[in-house]
Amino acid sequence: MIDWLVGPFVEFAFMRRALAGILALSLAGAPLGVLLMLRRMSLTGDGLSHAILPGTAIAYALFGLSLWHMTVGGFLAGGAIVLAAGVMARATVLKEDATLASFYLISLALGVLIVSLRGSNVDLMHFLFGSVLALDDPTLTLVAAIASLTLFGLALLWRPLVLDGVDPGFLRTVSRSGAPSYFAFMILLVLNLVAGFHALGTLLAVGFLVLPAVTARFWARDLNGMVLVAGIVALGGGVAGLLTSYHASVPTGPAMILMLGVAFLLSVFLGPVGSVLATHRAGRHRTG
Amino acid sequence: MKPVRAEPIILDDLTLGYDRHPAVHHLTGRIEPGAMLAIVGPNGAGKSTLLKGLIGELRPLGGRISGGAGRRATLAYVPQKDGIDVSYPVSVFDLVAMGLWERRGVFGAFGRRDGGAVSEALGLVGLSGFERRAVGTLSGGQLQRALFARVSLQDAPVILLDEPFSAIDNATMDDLMTLVRRWSEEGRTVVAVLHDLAAVRAHFPQTLLMARHAIGWGRTAEVLTPDNLARARGMTEAFDDEAPFCEANPVGHDDGHGHHHDHHDHGPGGHHGHGHDHPHAHGHDGAQGQARKPEPASNAQAPHRHD
Repeated sequence: MIDWLVGPFVEFAFMRRALAGILALSLAGAPLGVLLMLRRMSLTGDGLSHAILPGTAIAYALFGLSLWHMTVGGFLAGGAIVLAAGVMARATVLKEDATLASFYLISLALGVLIVSLRGSNVDLMHFLFGSVLALDDPTLTLVAAIASLTLFGLALLWRPLVLDGVDPGFLRTVSRSGAPSYFAFMILLVLNLVAGFHALGTLLAVGFLVLPAVTARFWARDLNGMVLVAGIVALGGGVAGLLTSYHASVPTGPAMILMLGVAFLLSVFLGPVGSVLATHRAGRHRTG
Repeated sequence: MKPVRAEPIILDDLTLGYDRHPAVHHLTGRIEPGAMLAIVGPNGAGKSTLLKGLIGELRPLGGRISGGAGRRATLAYVPQKDGIDVSYPVSVFDLVAMGLWERRGVFGAFGRRDGGAVSEALGLVGLSGFERRAVGTLSGGQLQRALFARVSLQDAPVILLDEPFSAIDNATMDDLMTLVRRWSEEGRTVVAVLHDLAAVRAHFPQTLLMARHAIGWGRTAEVLTPDNLARARGMTEAFDDEAPFCEANPVGHDDGHGHHHDHHDHGPGGHHGHGHDHPHAHGHDGAQGQARKPEPASNAQAPHRHD
């Protein structure tokens, strides 16, 4: 058992690198994902994760599989789509979900087209599903740097970000920090999606943001507890997926997301807060 | 009790609205420091719009607001409760503690004294012991009590309340009115949008009755007359996209015809929009409105439609 758990990491450097990458993705993804979920923006995150694809694809077409070019390209594309969707929602009759959905469809199609024109199917699979087992040192450094920046930024802006979710009208009357902190939040979101893209590809990049956060909803009643649970779930699911993938020889990215999915589904039914079980089991009531 | 220095709020020919349609039309008046003013009127009369103008969220289409409004540090605002996401997992303590924002800001740490101040404010509204409760578990009345506790912590000279007692039972309302009176005695200006006329008559010495324009502004008993209330009910609620641009705030031409409004069609109900012939109550101390001929605007503002 111990050998099943620890052996692969002792034996192989690529497994240790993947573990470090998962740790970084989990630590940053948990608080970011919880805020995202509480703002009802989980689907926005999903849409955005596809929006970075054309940027990485164009960088790939011009410079090949270069980490820095693809990172900058993805960040610029994601940022541009956030701005364009926001501006279009304010300037036209469409709401932001509709504009973002339109942009992400266009982005996904464009990105896949560009990658296919330039590269092989192997490269396309790398774009769509990432390659957590092939994280080299520069990529790992980038993912870790993004995670550190995310934790630092969220710690700094936690108060306005939370109040903007609870009572935005009140925040506007006491402070001008609402709009800049929201903008910073979106930048951190795009950065984390780019980090997730390197490890998990464009289709699953948002997995470490969304699934741990919604799972944590069923285990904690307060915000801090949710962030803590989300972090533990992300790390646990990631490691479980990594080991499963190693021992059963299945693709790593999908294995990790599926482990998070199992945790989510179990929590939906069995979690202590607001789950199917918790809402249908009346139990004994108190006197007051 | 600590004295608070509030400034008067002066509305000068104020027009507020959306997309050039006025929701508050040529309102002129003065809210004295320490006044307790109720704003009354039918739905769509522009009451909440006026509050948005006072907090500076909405820029005037015409005229101006001066004095102790529009600046963050001087205002505390209780919006209608539906602006709050009660599913957000924060505690009552966290929600109320945000009233200390002016002192702690984005980064400032909360000390033990702040915790004491929050508990004290919760005690003031009868929510002692609710600190750890999640906001989502509060009843409507309890949530409103918590919001009043937050206002107390804000320690602002001007307090604006938007329909604070809708769907609130009498016991809660009595408790909260005690707090409102205390704010007023401390010298704070309290402006509340209200629908319950009996409560207005019982608790608020000053009333502004509006139906887009002011129908009456002064002592409550003199404003809430059957005649005035009937006139307020006669307001047309819909905006008319074909309405002519209002000439009371002329842009580029000041030949004086902007002072005469007889040529405007004011729609059914027969009310007149521009205040020359309103039975305003003049000369009271406290809040009062004056019918005033609008002067040609010196600052160029886009013309707004008239209805």
